Amino acid sequence: MTKHNSHRRRLEHVGIGLTAILAVAMVGLLAIDALRGVPVVGELYDQARIAGWWADYYLGTNVFYHPFMWRSIATGILIGVAAPLVGTYLVHREMALIGETLAHTAFAGVAVGLLVSATTGWDGSLMLVALVVGILGALGVQWLAERTNTYGDVPIAIMLTGSFAVGTLIISYGRGMTGFNVEGYLFGNISVVTPSGARLMAVISVVVVVVTVATYKQLLFITFDEQAARVARLNVTWYNTLLIVMTAVVVVGAMQILGVILVAAMLVVPVAAATQVAHSFRETLYCSILFGQVAVIGGFVFSISQGLPTGGSIVVVAIACYLLAIFASSRSTAAISTR
Amino acid sequence: MTVVDLENVTFAYGEQPAVKDVSLRVEEGDFLGLIGPNGSGKTTLLHLMLGLRSPDSGSIELFGEPVDAFDDGERIGYVSQQATNRGGSMPVTVREAVTMGRFAHAGHSRLTDEDHATVDEALETVAIADLADRQVNQLSGGQRQRAYIARALASEADLLALDEPTVGVDAESRDAFYQLLESLNESGIAIILIEHDIGVVTDRASRIACINTELYHHGDTESFVESDALTEAYGATGQVVHHHH
Repeated sequence: MTKHNSHRRRLEHVGIGLTAILAVAMVGLLAIDALRGVPVVGELYDQARIAGWWADYYLGTNVFYHPFMWRSIATGILIGVAAPLVGTYLVHREMALIGETLAHTAFAGVAVGLLVSATTGWDGSLMLVALVVGILGALGVQWLAERTNTYGDVPIAIMLTGSFAVGTLIISYGRGMTGFNVEGYLFGNISVVTPSGARLMAVISVVVVVVTVATYKQLLFITFDEQAARVARLNVTWYNTLLIVMTAVVVVGAMQILGVILVAAMLVVPVAAATQVAHSFRETLYCSILFGQVAVIGGFVFSISQGLPTGGSIVVVAIACYLLAIFASSRSTAAISTR
Repeated sequence: MTVVDLENVTFAYGEQPAVKDVSLRVEEGDFLGLIGPNGSGKTTLLHLMLGLRSPDSGSIELFGEPVDAFDDGERIGYVSQQATNRGGSMPVTVREAVTMGRFAHAGHSRLTDEDHATVDEALETVAIADLADRQVNQLSGGQRQRAYIARALASEADLLALDEPTVGVDAESRDAFYQLLESLNESGIAIILIEHDIGVVTDRASRIACINTELYHHGDTESFVESDALTEAYGATGQVVHHHH
């Protein structure tokens, strides 16, 4: 049993190590793409395109040669790290739907950004507006949850529907002014990933990973036993706010590929799968990131090969992982009980 | 040294008074049993002592400091009523839960070997070292309470506050659990225990505070047993109910 466990642990560490290398490589690729005007980096960029061409040649695909595909794949891989990482705390705080809510808030943000750019000629990043509005929404949910006597999910439901309502109003109002495709944001689309959106996701991922590693202990304690954490004089309100703001940030980054409607899936489904098989909290974190990677990579393969939307493909693969995890864990409990 | 010092503390939920004009002290090494009928404000009083709630009036000191300025979180170990249902489905191992006792010490820095040694020691003391790698949600009620006590020990707390810790724990484990509390108290840790079973409290606690919104008795166990505080406090609820009829 212990030998089996140490094997398992080694396997998880290898998986996490590979994921880390992949994620760093993706951040590097996005950096090269962003800085390709700089002489030395320009050469690296050319090399990367050649490598992509060879990859396409051997795989018989038409994917890796195109920088816009690099951006969406890199964004996907980074979502597969950051979303389950934050999601592990959310799921175990019974806040699974907060991601969905903040995505709808961010959608309202996109609508606001569109309206502003249509009326004033401003041409900044829509994602940045979505980020700001998403964070404001996060603070709003936190504020409502602390000041109302209702159950935890009532403010969440109000915020979810309310911000979506505002978003649709603004979009309808501004329809005449913008020839804008809302569907891209609702359902997610590879072509929605702009260079600035991909860079945003790179920055978000690095920040989220650094912050969650630095506050691992505090977030774990608060998630497990909030009252005891308060007695131990942890600043619970501050860490709650930090968690919800990080969620908003991840959601805005992930929205580009998954779309408003599906974004909660990456926060929840890999974590649910990991919870089925993991023995400890640390293992849950590791496994949820691994399941996240499997879902993203599997989803990309499926969507590119079948010419179907990426967001839906990723979520379907994630849910397949979840069902497999349930199957695997019920088998392992059966194996233990028959002994 | 005075561990907790309450003076004329009053607290109400809106219009509904929960704690009225309570003054009491817990000294170093005390084992205080906090008893009273259901809804008598025991848990509220404990929350006030620990700084989870702020009083409407009166002053509260923890280890000689005003409670809202107190920041030595590691000096208090707390086992809440909800502790038993929390973490219901969360995959946290006993070792991980006990290690949380070191978090207030460590802050944002990494846990040291010393921290891990303290955790091992705490697991040994409450005799659940063999369960260290099990998930908290797979433990029995009694084992789970031991895990929470171990967390308090790992934080090297000087005060252990427990809110009805043995609800849903079988009689045998309960006895063992209270023996453990007694021996921890003998080693110098002050204990505040909320318990509905008055027999347990009079057997184990050295001092008793009996409340029903107001403080009916505060003193050593012998004087409590001889006094009428119990009937007065529990009777008071009866009278109120009667009055409404």
